Amino acid sequence: MAKITFIQHDGTEHVHEGKTGLSVMEVAVKNNVPGIDADCGGACACATCHVYVDAAWLGKTGEKTAMEESMLDFAEGVEPNSRLSCQIKVSDALDGLVVRLPESQH
Amino acid sequence: MTSPDAHVVIVGAGHAGGTLAALLRQYGYAGPVTLVGEEPIPPYQRPPLSKAWLKGEADAESLALKPLEFYAENRIDFRPSVRAERIDRDRKALVLSDGTTLAYDILVLATGARAIRLPIPGADLEGILELRTAADAEALKAALGPGRTMAVVGGGYIGLEAAASARALGAEAIVLEREPRILARVAGEVLSNFFRTLHEGHGVRFLTGASVTGFRGEGGKVTGVELADGRVIDCDLALVGVGAVPNQELAQAAGLAVNRGVVVDLEARTSDPSIFAIGDVTLRPMPIYGRDFRMESVPNALEQAKQAACAITGRPAPAGETPWQWSDQYDIKLQIAGYNFDSDQTLVRGDPASGRFAIFHLKGDQVQAVEAINSPPEFMMGRQLIGSRRPVDKQRLADPSVSMKEVAAA
Repeated sequence: MAKITFIQHDGTEHVHEGKTGLSVMEVAVKNNVPGIDADCGGACACATCHVYVDAAWLGKTGEKTAMEESMLDFAEGVEPNSRLSCQIKVSDALDGLVVRLPESQH
Repeated sequence: MTSPDAHVVIVGAGHAGGTLAALLRQYGYAGPVTLVGEEPIPPYQRPPLSKAWLKGEADAESLALKPLEFYAENRIDFRPSVRAERIDRDRKALVLSDGTTLAYDILVLATGARAIRLPIPGADLEGILELRTAADAEALKAALGPGRTMAVVGGGYIGLEAAASARALGAEAIVLEREPRILARVAGEVLSNFFRTLHEGHGVRFLTGASVTGFRGEGGKVTGVELADGRVIDCDLALVGVGAVPNQELAQAAGLAVNRGVVVDLEARTSDPSIFAIGDVTLRPMPIYGRDFRMESVPNALEQAKQAACAITGRPAPAGETPWQWSDQYDIKLQIAGYNFDSDQTLVRGDPASGRFAIFHLKGDQVQAVEAINSPPEFMMGRQLIGSRRPVDKQRLADPSVSMKEVAAA
């Protein structure tokens, strides 16, 4: 389990418990967090679950796959800490994770 | 703008209906929402049923759009296992199969599509399956396994995805396609050939130009598929995937405009201003192609759920989208943007033999559609080019040494 904080673009915070094995995207979607569309349901096919990982957590969220890197390369507003949240798996090590959401998902 | 206590009744608890219910709450709508579904379980994702779920890589919990308790917590009255029988537009009432009547202020039809059943002898034998619902997928999974032979009637995406999953489960798969090539209705020749070669490499067999005329059985169970030329293909199960038709009878009987789907506008509104329709059941305008058509895809279901949610809550309509879809087979990710309407040229970027390439369909120097195989840049940039209608330099587009960013910037 891990407590994850999602911060919407307007500053609204949503804190949810995520079960180990789920993706960070799934935790957001199953709790109806606005700002994560996740059109493809986690197939790494759409880049609509884009998040900015808080600097303190970058080392713990794992490496991007080539596919994720390639999809992100063409998303809007990409920063060095951008990730597709469907590709980050929840684990105890991510307890306290903070991610920020972009203004919109395209 | 809807009155704050208007009763929104959504008929159909699939991807479109479930998403709309959640979006209404996300957009701050506080009035009563009822979600009526024929299936016994809350809304779930259908795409994994032929892929990750069938292979045992995803469970029921991960398929669910939201956990069951979400609906009660968000005051969404979810009513499973009940069918909508009739709309009484004069009284603004929906009659359900359990005898109850729901009064609505706004009605949303999200009734989806159903698999076409072949009207041929033996079609009701045990072991003849379709793949649309979680229950269908359960039956398919139970029938598959090492040493089993699955005949796939229809070489479309669902049949091919199921064939790939069957191979992963150790079963044999033989695809029977009426047309001279697989994916004939939905893809060009280059892509058809690529997928056939890919599947053959994984041991799937193909018979094209194979018209299925009946099923053979023993003791009520299917044992083979009969072809028009007299051949019989032995099998332990047969998966029929020959397309779908919209569940539009409810709308039609209520006198709403229908035409190969329930006719809606860009707010997802039907010919009755109090009734919306979203998802596979609709025939909708697609401005970038200047025509109306019916799509069967999750991205379209989500887009129309957004359109309806915006219209109901008084938000500005979402910006026009470029339709897209995807498929996973073995280690291949296919991403398709746009629809191949009116194209006059097909351009292949990259080498199909490398397993990484993209097929661009052009009308003059505009991109109409792109099919990208393991090629996210081509998909992402292609999708933008389709939406913007910006002309492209075809020579540069055909040259993989010119990056897609450079192609789009030219």
